[in-house]
Amino acid sequence: MTTTTRPTTATGAPQLEPAPNNTLATWFNDGWITTRRNLIKIKRVPDILVFTTLQPIMFVLLFSQVYAGSIDIPGSNYTEFIMAGIFAQTVVFGSTYSGSAMAQDLKEGIIDRFRTLPMSPSAVLIGRTNGDLFINALSFVVMIATGLLVGWRVRSSILEAVAGVALLLLFAYAFSWVMAFLGMSVRSPEVINNVSFLILFPLTFISNAFVPSENLPTPLRVFAEWNPVSALVLAARQLFGNVPEGYQPGDSWPLQNPVLTVLIGVVVLLVVFVPLSIRKFRTISSR
Amino acid sequence: MAFIEATDLVKTYNPKGAPVVRALDGLSLEVPRGTVLGLLGPNGAGKTTTAKVLTTLITPDSGSAAIDGIDVLREPDRIRRMIGASGQYAAVDENLTGFENLDMIGRLYHLGGRQSRARARELIDLFDLSEAGNRPVKGFSGGMRRRIDLAGALVINPPVLFLDEPTTGLDPRSRLGLWDIITSLVDGGTTVLLTTQYLEEADRLADDIVVIDEGKVIARGTADELKSQVGGQRVEISLVSGDDRDRAVEILDRVGTTSTDVTADGRTLSTTVADGPAALQQVLADVRALGIQLHDAGMQRPTLDDVFLTITGRTASHDDKEEAAA
Repeated sequence: MTTTTRPTTATGAPQLEPAPNNTLATWFNDGWITTRRNLIKIKRVPDILVFTTLQPIMFVLLFSQVYAGSIDIPGSNYTEFIMAGIFAQTVVFGSTYSGSAMAQDLKEGIIDRFRTLPMSPSAVLIGRTNGDLFINALSFVVMIATGLLVGWRVRSSILEAVAGVALLLLFAYAFSWVMAFLGMSVRSPEVINNVSFLILFPLTFISNAFVPSENLPTPLRVFAEWNPVSALVLAARQLFGNVPEGYQPGDSWPLQNPVLTVLIGVVVLLVVFVPLSIRKFRTISSR
Repeated sequence: MAFIEATDLVKTYNPKGAPVVRALDGLSLEVPRGTVLGLLGPNGAGKTTTAKVLTTLITPDSGSAAIDGIDVLREPDRIRRMIGASGQYAAVDENLTGFENLDMIGRLYHLGGRQSRARARELIDLFDLSEAGNRPVKGFSGGMRRRIDLAGALVINPPVLFLDEPTTGLDPRSRLGLWDIITSLVDGGTTVLLTTQYLEEADRLADDIVVIDEGKVIARGTADELKSQVGGQRVEISLVSGDDRDRAVEILDRVGTTSTDVTADGRTLSTTVADGPAALQQVLADVRALGIQLHDAGMQRPTLDDVFLTITGRTASHDDKEEAAA
């Protein structure tokens, strides 16, 4: 005889009653639980950790040691010039994990599992983008340490430098939402990886990240001057105090107002892709 | 009113450059409280789509569905608080341990940390998962993953369980193990919708069976009712030597109500008969009289494979092979 009115269940015990899913507290809970899942993954999958820490070291060393002697930046040295470029490139690439991870979770049916649970529909995406943020923050620590070793110096104030790091991480975070949306739309982890490399390599290299854009052939120069990555790099360069003396960033509006451009970009990306991604999440399922 | 009710579900997919697929084409079913419904059909019949509609994963183009009177389409969040679902692919996070997977699910049901941990430990004991409890799921066998996945569906001890092809791809031993677990759940009174392409599985676990094909229900009833639709019993004999084939066919033709089926190697023969025991005795006597040697002889009630063949004109398993080859 059971004393409850609920139907008898699996193990003969009464059903455990889930709390209603409508409070800010459950939203925070769900976001934290999914974030923790992604942090555990970073800890358990050595590839991610190795790639996240070794790749930035490699880039800093390659650019500062291999090209520094051959590329002359008037009014500065190449190591100081490229650090902002490497920061930007690394965090933008760091955002792509969200794309392949969402596609992978979809393929493996884990998204199906989450969607049958009474959890907040934004939680999986929040956890995922937080995972990218953590990876990028980790990369940043490694890059800063390596940069300082090879002679990079912050020539502004600590406060401005912190603002520079925050701006780069913020932009990358917003970009993670774009990638998460693409990952759910493209559905194939392999395709999303290849596509993001095909898009991000030109975007980061046809910019002012590694060489001043003024020396580029006209079509590429125009592209570089309107490229959001250029604005991001220039904004970071300004905040770290690494803009060479007499440097002509370019006449385009984004390069005249780089910090503002990045902030506007972040807001636009979040306003568009957060709702779009959540809406997408609410209807997707494995095939 | 039945505990789970689905009425006239229609779901179409419109893939680029391909004809429209009617995954569900007016499908209706009901599952009375505390019973197991086996949803049986070949790959692509619409089993998983049905399960996905009822577990709030996809929205049908039209039709309605309710569990315990709660509208699945209008109040998905209430439905999610009372169901447990276990998918066709073991939907567990490979990088988490068995314990972490179950604990995470409990916390996402908002059971709170303490209750989630306690429940995870309980399920690990119940499902004999102590080995997988503290190591990442990656590297465990398919059977172990399915058990973790199934345990995940039971975290809140839900009154309704959806099991979508729970044993597909498992070796026979793991399958038997999982069947035992499911049987014990069912004995506890849980209402279950089970999809499967294994006729034996539906026969063994389900109270009622709904056979679907191309998004439509093509037959329903208990396993026994479906079998009797096909007609009487069958007598089957296996010959030691294929040389005896023609003489054996003659013997079976004399007792059979249909023509005798012969397998490709010509050594296993069967036919449908009206009175099984009498026909079998007759066949054995005739075989002995002619000195034909047998490996095996027996009487069978029709299998669900025969049911499928009778209703659709093709076998369920044959269809699978085509799909696998495509």
